Amino acid sequence: MAVTKTAPVENNDTQPAILVENLSKTYGSGSSAVHALKDASMQVLPGEVVGLLGPSGSGKTTLLQCLGAIIDPSGGRITLGGDLLFENGWQYSDRRTLRRDRIGFIFQRPYLIPFMDATENIAFLPMLQGKSNKQAYARAAELLEMLDITERGGARIEQLSGGEQQRVAIARALANRPPIVLADEPTAPLDSHRAMSVMKLLHKMAAKSGTAIIVVTHDENIIPVFKRLYRLRDGVLHEEEGEGRPFDYLNDEQ
Amino acid sequence: MISLAYRDVSNSFGRYLLTGIGLGLLIGVTLTMAGVFRGMVDDGKALLRSAGADIWVVQQNTLGPFAEPSSLPDDIYRGILALEGVSQATNVAYLTLEVSHGSRSVRVMLEGIDADSNRLPLTAGRPVSRSHYELVADERSGFRVGDRIPIHRHEYEVVGLTRGMRSPSGDPMLFLPLKDAQEIQFLKDNDALFRDRRQLQENPRLNPPGNPALLDAVEESLFSNHRVNAVLVQLLPGTNPWQVADEIEKWLRLTAYPRDEMEEILIGQLIAMASKQIGMFLVILTIVSAAIVALTIYSMTQTKLKEIAVLKLIGTRNALISRMILLEAIGLGMIGFLTGKLAVTYWAPLFPKHVVLLPEDTFRALLITLVICVLASIAGIRAALRVPPGSAIGG
Ligand SMILES: Nc1ncnc2c1ncn2[C@@H]1O[C@H](COP(=O)(O)OP(=O)(O)OP(=O)(O)O)[C@@H](O)[C@H]1O
Ligand SMILES: [Mg+2]
Repeated sequence: MAVTKTAPVENNDTQPAILVENLSKTYGSGSSAVHALKDASMQVLPGEVVGLLGPSGSGKTTLLQCLGAIIDPSGGRITLGGDLLFENGWQYSDRRTLRRDRIGFIFQRPYLIPFMDATENIAFLPMLQGKSNKQAYARAAELLEMLDITERGGARIEQLSGGEQQRVAIARALANRPPIVLADEPTAPLDSHRAMSVMKLLHKMAAKSGTAIIVVTHDENIIPVFKRLYRLRDGVLHEEEGEGRPFDYLNDEQ
Repeated sequence: MISLAYRDVSNSFGRYLLTGIGLGLLIGVTLTMAGVFRGMVDDGKALLRSAGADIWVVQQNTLGPFAEPSSLPDDIYRGILALEGVSQATNVAYLTLEVSHGSRSVRVMLEGIDADSNRLPLTAGRPVSRSHYELVADERSGFRVGDRIPIHRHEYEVVGLTRGMRSPSGDPMLFLPLKDAQEIQFLKDNDALFRDRRQLQENPRLNPPGNPALLDAVEESLFSNHRVNAVLVQLLPGTNPWQVADEIEKWLRLTAYPRDEMEEILIGQLIAMASKQIGMFLVILTIVSAAIVALTIYSMTQTKLKEIAVLKLIGTRNALISRMILLEAIGLGMIGFLTGKLAVTYWAPLFPKHVVLLPEDTFRALLITLVICVLASIAGIRAALRVPPGSAIGG
């Protein structure tokens, strides 16, 4: 077992951005109970992009949703950037603000707001933080550019293709420059070229801003880019060494 | 900041507008009902206004002349005139009948009143000036100046028009000389007259040979009428009507109602049943409209719960979500109210009954609509705030 037990670290630089200790999550109770997570532990350092693998139904989404303070864990401990988030219940009453400011969540499906256009879906997040409309739209434009969907910015959500919607959702997750990004199969609806450029974007963010990123994926093309991986099996996380292939090489291959 | 309510509404504006218009028609019906109710009360008062009497004198112990029949000798006004404080006493006769003009027939109320005391505000023509066969009609009868209206044995010429003169049951009024009204009220058509006259002539006791004067006298007393339905009394300024009414009751053995009491009889007794009925309808309609408005707004929120969960997921504060629901509800209410107001303004004149749209009723409707919208949105907001953010990504 490759469970990482981490002692408390004084130095902020090496303090894990995400620290999960003995996390468990049970859906339902009695005979119909599903033990999605049993004893999951992991840590992700600032600036690190970590892959999360595991067969369908193994609990990957469940783990991310616990970390994102979307569903309640059943036991264990979550610490984000040195702040204790969960231990015997939530330690934060205002988890909505936490999600807004500190966690960029890319869901398995886009879940965009249907009554706003693509740009507004992105710009809405900085606005929630109290940024001016000008700043918010500038940030949205920047992200649309990075994700290569600038020309679709004014489109209604239902007019976007699945891949375009997903890229808007990725842009939304990054809009507030969160220190943590939780990405649940972000590249599933994208073609391999776009998938790779999204991975590149995430790595660039990690390197530039010290963002800690967990990426759930099934994509065989993408798995080689991670330096470090976790595999979820029977509710337990196992750490693995990754290839950590550089992007230029991958790009050349296409 | 992006306005959630505005974006959401403009995304499905057609549906939103249609819902609002639907509510508006309901609000319009409710407003109409209120207007009909007001109209009934107004009709009751219109007659009192037009009569302009301080005291109504009627047959002893009756609620006449509208709620109960009342008959008085037409010379009793002299006795009333003799009382202190009385400036004028006028005989009046009322009767409701159906009159035809061309192919149309209208139910009207006739008021017979002494021509010289006729002080009606006219919208066209002139007051009645001859002592026979002229009348002033209310516009609602559909008659025009110059029309000739046959009533029983005679034709009456319409010489003037009034506006808003209605009987307590909403029929248009016709004003004509008292003598004509008395004749119409108590006399018969030509055939009946002919039959009666023949009967008299064939009766040897009333038509003894050699004494034609007796038959004339009998006919005179039988075919003329010296009774009226009420006496309208006007007082000198500063006179207490209750005191004069007491005097009339005591000395002349009649019943006298000061104007306020007469109004009470008209509103309270005559149209009480009808107005209570309408009042009940109004209450039920208001409750039903309120329930539908509330349900519409509530279900509008219910269909948005998924988006609301996503909004929470990305960190939207409750205040912003609540504001969206509240604003959409108020917007819907305003569309509904404006549609209702517009609808009632257009369709009210089509009603056969007099529909009175008071500004205070409109204001009350606006207030009730807003209160309902706010209450309904509170229910919607509660549902929205309860929804867990995780529910957006179930499965
Ligand atoms: N809300 C829920 N209620 C009950 N059981 C659930 C719920 N969500 C997930 N599960 C169960 O928990 C287990 C883990 O589900 P989860 O969605 O985390 O898997 P996953 O690894 O993300 O799968 P996939 O790769 O298909 O997305 C599954 O057996 C699933 O059926
Ligand atoms: Mg999943």
